[in-house]
Order: sequence, then structure tokens, then C-alpha cells
Amino acid sequence: MASGQERILRRRIRSINSTRKITRAMELIAASRIVRAQARVQAAAPYADQITQVVRDLAAAGGTASASPFLVPRPEIRSVAHIVVAADRGLCGGYNSSVIRAAEGSMREHAAAGRDYQLHVVGRKVESYFRYRNFRIDSVHSGFSDQPSYEDARAVAAAAEAAFLAGEVDLVQLVYTRFVSAGSQEVVVRPLIPLDPETFERPDRSADAVAPDYEFEPSPAAILEQLLPRYAEARVYAALLNAAASEHAARQRAMKAATDNAEDLITNLTRVMNRARQDAITTEIMEVVGGAEALRSGDSMHTSSEPPQYAA
Amino acid sequence: MPLHVEIVSPERVLYSGEGDMVVARAESGDIAFLPGHAPYIGSLGVAAVRVLLPQDGEQAAAVHGGFVNVSDDRVIVLSDVAELPEQIDVERARAAAARAEEALRRDEGDADAKAALARARVRLQVAGATG
Repeated sequence: MASGQERILRRRIRSINSTRKITRAMELIAASRIVRAQARVQAAAPYADQITQVVRDLAAAGGTASASPFLVPRPEIRSVAHIVVAADRGLCGGYNSSVIRAAEGSMREHAAAGRDYQLHVVGRKVESYFRYRNFRIDSVHSGFSDQPSYEDARAVAAAAEAAFLAGEVDLVQLVYTRFVSAGSQEVVVRPLIPLDPETFERPDRSADAVAPDYEFEPSPAAILEQLLPRYAEARVYAALLNAAASEHAARQRAMKAATDNAEDLITNLTRVMNRARQDAITTEIMEVVGGAEALRSGDSMHTSSEPPQYAA
Repeated sequence: MPLHVEIVSPERVLYSGEGDMVVARAESGDIAFLPGHAPYIGSLGVAAVRVLLPQDGEQAAAVHGGFVNVSDDRVIVLSDVAELPEQIDVERARAAAARAEEALRRDEGDADAKAALARARVRLQVAGATG
């Protein structure tokens, strides 16, 4: 017969065990998705590299002399847009909150300088955080945080770009988690528009001398006009892919911790339960022995009430 | 010495290999690149890009706008929407073309429909299902 305490413990162990099965499954799923997400980050690299190369070549040919609004930093920054990229779902440790903390910190800095803000959020968790705190949210993009497509990146970039070109904001910042490796990710705040002119300068100055004389069709300025929005999209796409890989990595780590913790709990509770059961058994034996003893001694008392015949 | 050709979309590299000649549609008309072509950067229209392979045959791709960068016998086609023939859903492209034609019959100035028709035609052409 299980004692009351033992039954309660057994029920708790069973419940923790089923939680452990769930966290374990989530851990394995996340682990398998990291690999795929990482492959997507790498697959996107050639396009980004090539487009940077084209912009560099154009810059070397004097195309940047054009006053493309994407390249000219505004003299006075009155309003700053933040694109905040995090996850649609939770259960991924500090992933969402660290992105949000970085974004809020940067926004507070700009607010302290008397600048207005715009918010473009990617991911349901970010949206609910800012909505709950009554921030103005200018655009919401969600439903793809773990597997973003280029179309998604285009929509995100377009929202911020439109605000920039309309003069509503003078700077667009991109906040996301950079995927360094499966073991390390870092939250970064990077300017998206206007584009950093340094990115396009050749790392090696002497290379300029041997830069080939390009033919352009149409003019360098016209090509740049078409190219720079694509470049910004490619940057956003890379950010989304990095964020997705980071999300899976964060979830895998969080779920591994949860699984390990559940295992520890089960070990401890099983130990407590076994002791409780042993105690119950011991008590039972004591009761049986005590009862038997009492019966026997009661017996002997009964017999001793008559004077023993051998007593003299 | 053949050209080194890459067709790159944001999601992945569609084609990377050698080619004897690359034909693309630039702003002012079709342009072909042969080995030894002068360095060139241009924007592309909605059209097929064809790579003539060193052995017989060709590799086509539907490119919906983009850029081409040629230097040192390397031809790099960058496009945010590019498809290889085997990725093209012919039925869908046919349906899109029919829809666009229908829209144009009603309103000849419909720019969206015109663009959609051009895209669908390029897809069908690349997939070898013109008709």
C-alpha cells in the first residue's frame, strides 16, 4: 500500500517526466534546424558579397558622386527608426529579451538627444512587448521568424525605406542577433540607411589604381539608384537569417537546460520517494512486529495471571 | 579560356560554372558576353539569361530584373528573383499569363498586368513551353 506522500511524489515525477519529453523533443528539433538555418545564412552570402562588390566598383567609377539619398547622411537627425528582429515564439531563453533590451537602450539614447522614433518590429514577441508598453508601432512583420524568405526581407526593408525616403526618419537602425557560431551569438545594433560609405571603400587603397575601366549601362548613377535598395534588402535578409539561426541556437540551449533540470528533479524526487516508501515499509513492519509482540505479551500476561505450575 | 559564369539570387547560387557565351537583356537591348569582354556593369530587364556551355547545350534562367557584372572573364548575374527551368511551374505561369492578358483586354494601361505578362512569358520561354 502506497502511503499518501509516496503517491503525491509519484504523480509529480510522472508530470516532470512528460515535461522532460517535450523539452527534449524541442531541443532536438531546434538542433536540427540550426544546421539548416546556418546553411541558409551561408547560401545568402554570395549575393550579399557580389552586390557589395558591384557597389564598390561603381563607387570607384565615381558613381557615388551622385546624391543618392541612400548614401548621404542627413545633417540633422530628428527621427530614428529601429527595425527590431526577434522571434515569434518564446521558450528560447533570453533571446527575445536581450534583443529588446538592446533596442530599447538605443531608442532611449536617441530619445535623450531629443529625437523622435519609429518602430518596425519583426516577430510576435517583440510586438507584444512594445504594444504592452504603449509604444507607437509603425509596422509589424511576423509569422516567419524561424524561416524567413527574401520576400519577407523585402517587405521589412520597404517599410523602413519608405519612411526614410519620405523624410519621416533620418536614420534607420537594424537590431538583430548575429549568429557567430552555434555556441555564440551577439545582439548588434547597426545602421541600415543611410548606408555606411566606408563599406564601399576598397579595403586596399592601392587597388583603386588598377580598378578596371568599366562600361556602364545605363549610367553609374542610374544603376546605383536601382542597386542600393537591393543592397539594403540583402542586408535585412542577412539579418533575418542570422536572427533565425540564433533563435534556434538559443532555443536549443534553453531546452537543453530545461531537460537537464527535469532530469535532476526526477533523480532527487525519486530518491525522496524511495525514502518515503522505505519509511512506510519500516513503519508497517514496526506495526506488525509491535502488534505481534503485543499479542504475544498479552498472551503471556494472560497465562501469567494464573500462577505457573512449576513455580514453587 | 571560357567564361566563369555565376547566376546568384539572394537565397542561393543558382548556377556556377563555365560558359562560352552569356546572353542577357540589358536596358538598351540584348547583349552577349564573350571571353575578353571589357569590364561591364549593367542592369537587366525581365528576360531570359542564356549561358552557352562549352560542351553543347545551354543553361537558361528566368531573370526578373537584376544586374550583371563582368570583369576578368567572370560574368556574375545578380537577381533578386531568378529561376532555373526546372523550378518553373509551367501551369502556374500559363495561368498567370492568361490572367494578365485578360486584365489587359479590359484596361490596356494596366502596368501591373503588363509586368505580370512579361514575367509569365519569360518563365514559359525559359521552361521551353512557349505557345
